Amino acid sequence: MAANTPLLKVDHAGIQFGGLKAVSDVNLELQKGELVGLIGPNGAGKTTFFNLLTGVYVPTEGSISLEGDKLRGLAPHKITKKGISRTFQNIRLFSDLTVLDNVKIAYHSLAKHSIFSSIFRLPSHFSGEREMEEKAIEFLKIFKLDDVLYEQARNLPYGQQRRLEIARALAASPKLLLLDEPAAGMNPQETEELMNLIGLIREQFNLTILLIEHDMNLVMGVCERIYVLDHGQLIAQGTPEQIRNNPKVIEAYLGEEVS
Amino acid sequence: MKSGKHLKGFWLSIVLAVIFSVVVQFLISGGTLNPFYVNTLFSICINIILAVSLHLIIGITGQFSIGHAGFLAIGAYASAIMTMKLGLPFPAAILAAGIAAAAAGVIIGIPTLRLRGDYLAIATLGFGEIMRIVFLNIEYVGGASGMTVSHLTTWPWVITCVLITIIVIANFTNSTHGRACLSIRENEIAADAMGINTTYYKVMAFIIGAFFAGVAGALHAHNFYIIQPPNFGFLKSFDILIFVVIGGLGSMSGSVIAAILLTIISTFLSNYPEVRMIIYSLVLVVMMLFRPQGLLGTKEITAFLKMGKSAKGGSKDGGKHTVA
Amino acid sequence: MEQFIQQLVNGISLGSIYALIALGYTMVYGIVKLINFAHGDVFMVGAFIGFYSITFFHLGLFPALLISMTACAIFGVLIERIAYKPLRNATRIAALITAIGVSLFIEYGTIYIRGAQPEAYPSGIAPLKSIEIFGVKISGQSLLILAVSFFLMIVLQFIVHKTKIGKAMRAVSHDMDAAKLMGINVNNTISATFAIGSALAGAAGVIFGMYYTKIEPLMGIIPGLKAFVAAVLGGIGIIPGAMAGGLLLGVIEALVSAAGFSLWRDGVAFVVLILILIFRPAGLFGKNVREKV
Repeated sequence: MAANTPLLKVDHAGIQFGGLKAVSDVNLELQKGELVGLIGPNGAGKTTFFNLLTGVYVPTEGSISLEGDKLRGLAPHKITKKGISRTFQNIRLFSDLTVLDNVKIAYHSLAKHSIFSSIFRLPSHFSGEREMEEKAIEFLKIFKLDDVLYEQARNLPYGQQRRLEIARALAASPKLLLLDEPAAGMNPQETEELMNLIGLIREQFNLTILLIEHDMNLVMGVCERIYVLDHGQLIAQGTPEQIRNNPKVIEAYLGEEVS
Repeated sequence: MKSGKHLKGFWLSIVLAVIFSVVVQFLISGGTLNPFYVNTLFSICINIILAVSLHLIIGITGQFSIGHAGFLAIGAYASAIMTMKLGLPFPAAILAAGIAAAAAGVIIGIPTLRLRGDYLAIATLGFGEIMRIVFLNIEYVGGASGMTVSHLTTWPWVITCVLITIIVIANFTNSTHGRACLSIRENEIAADAMGINTTYYKVMAFIIGAFFAGVAGALHAHNFYIIQPPNFGFLKSFDILIFVVIGGLGSMSGSVIAAILLTIISTFLSNYPEVRMIIYSLVLVVMMLFRPQGLLGTKEITAFLKMGKSAKGGSKDGGKHTVA
Repeated sequence: MEQFIQQLVNGISLGSIYALIALGYTMVYGIVKLINFAHGDVFMVGAFIGFYSITFFHLGLFPALLISMTACAIFGVLIERIAYKPLRNATRIAALITAIGVSLFIEYGTIYIRGAQPEAYPSGIAPLKSIEIFGVKISGQSLLILAVSFFLMIVLQFIVHKTKIGKAMRAVSHDMDAAKLMGINVNNTISATFAIGSALAGAAGVIFGMYYTKIEPLMGIIPGLKAFVAAVLGGIGIIPGAMAGGLLLGVIEALVSAAGFSLWRDGVAFVVLILILIFRPAGLFGKNVREKV
């Protein structure tokens, strides 16, 4: 593979539901290590675009490739294994399970012990489970969630639930992390802590991140590049400075709060 | 790590279970337990197997299957053919029953498990009914008049099957594979996004559940002298469903306890079948209104026993290696 | 050929009974997303009320039909208010289990009260004369069933599309919260849906009794399940779909019987169900709806 192959390449991708073009003709490239924002007014198709990337929806046009591998038609769990992991706009934790189990589940695809080995409690089961547990606990320490390991996820305060969801997505060891409005519903202080955390994990795990966010200030503050989606189409891309002064963007956001 | 401690609890439970089985065997051979009690005991055990196997499908994996009697029927007929038509020994018949039911689990599971919630429920109910009608129409197995089966089910077979069922399903549940199933129950879309092959694990839960329902079918067939298609209608499926729901969706010990209690109750009410059904139905409705999570909720009985000892009572790992 | 048409007519008669029951399933499902397992038992209760009206009170067919429909409507509303309403925000599984519980309760409650023995509908309440159309004899009963069911379906269409309560029902099934905000009394609308659906099931019970003569407390289970299959076949929540699904299922069953597989008849409905769920889960008339992520 050529050295300059982008991590993610989206080529004229789009999806149509019935007659409605929810997303169309999107071109987007992410280089390794970038932190890129995806913004746009409500209903612009941002989450739909994430669903295309993660295989929840199959694009009706164009193609998506990760490190040169085409992803089209792969089931979501296979795309996760290839290295794209995500969080959800409306938090989707395994809420009756413990914090620890939530993260262990993300390690599942790395498990080496088979169902057979687990049922008959062969040594590989014990070593495999122990390894998973140790890794998960180690991991939760980074997210400062190690004091609530055995708490049910549903009992965590909102901010911790968001953090747990990010931790879980990272535990699946992605190359590309998709964050869908991670700061939604957070107060300014929590938002800032979250942004610091995102910066930290990005360095520590050598990650590429694509971030959907509604809060313009936040996106402008952390992202190196920004794509703007409106009515399912990309209307602008560039540095925060370029986006801030782009007349198309301002127009798209008019009527919305220009915050 | 805690596995050492759990392992000790595991072996302790096994030893207790073996002592219990041997004592019961002596009581049976010594004639202390009269045939009525022995029969009730066998029914309890068969129902435990059914309840625990359905618990894996509904309680753990969250797939609302209400055609479990279909697998029971397949197991019963498959084993009866083995012993009565082919003259094979009983253990082979039990195994064949499980395998036949598991095979049916694959065939019915792969297409239907794409459906969710209500639709899956009604499709599995349809499957159960189809099985009943199929057996009704096959002359080889006696059609409507059914099939006579010799009495081969004995206490050692029954208790061995119960223990194996519980151990296999508990071990499966308390592993990364069981957690994969739990994640499907909790949030299928998130499970998918975490790299869990949801179809694979749904079908796997279905296969394991069906296998043990088939085993229960073999024990059932060789305990009651005769099997007839009407024994395996959806009322039977509902009976099994009730164990799982009342015990607590997600709690294996709960479904075991419910199977024991309800089997005893229905044995005593066997002369008043409609009263039994009225009580069952009222319990179901009242339970859903006031305690929809069932007797034990998603917790295992050990979590309640530990509550006093540890501050972290109720933690999810409480039920590891529990042999009820 | 004559035989074939005869079977077709039988199938349509049976199918229109399925359709009447299926309408209740589909309306209730459309509005509260609940498979009302007890619906088949409302049908059974309707058959018994009709039977007692005719034998004890010596009423004619039409008064009996009206009494049965009214009583079933009240019964349906009671079931909804007592058992289902408290569970409106519960999980789907809890609601489904409650529905199963209610169903068992009605079945075995009936057996407890009056015993399990069947009753025979008196003959002679319906015209027995057959009519010959194009050389095919069609029994007066079949014609009566068709007339009654089609009349009721037309009335239902009128209620759903031309009246205020019908408009409310459509609004609530489309979006319960929005309807509430628009000032629609959601509770009353849901009750009205149960009332109408149950009345149709009651009517189906009476004409079923008239057609097949034998009625018993567990008679509602199989027709109830098949009617649900019919509702799924047509696309659940869609009223014309339930009618078409019911008729289609009746015809399929009649043709299977005619082909000499009458013992397999009961199985066919479920095979149809599984096939439709796998290949076209939204039903013949439905549109696919995706789960929002």
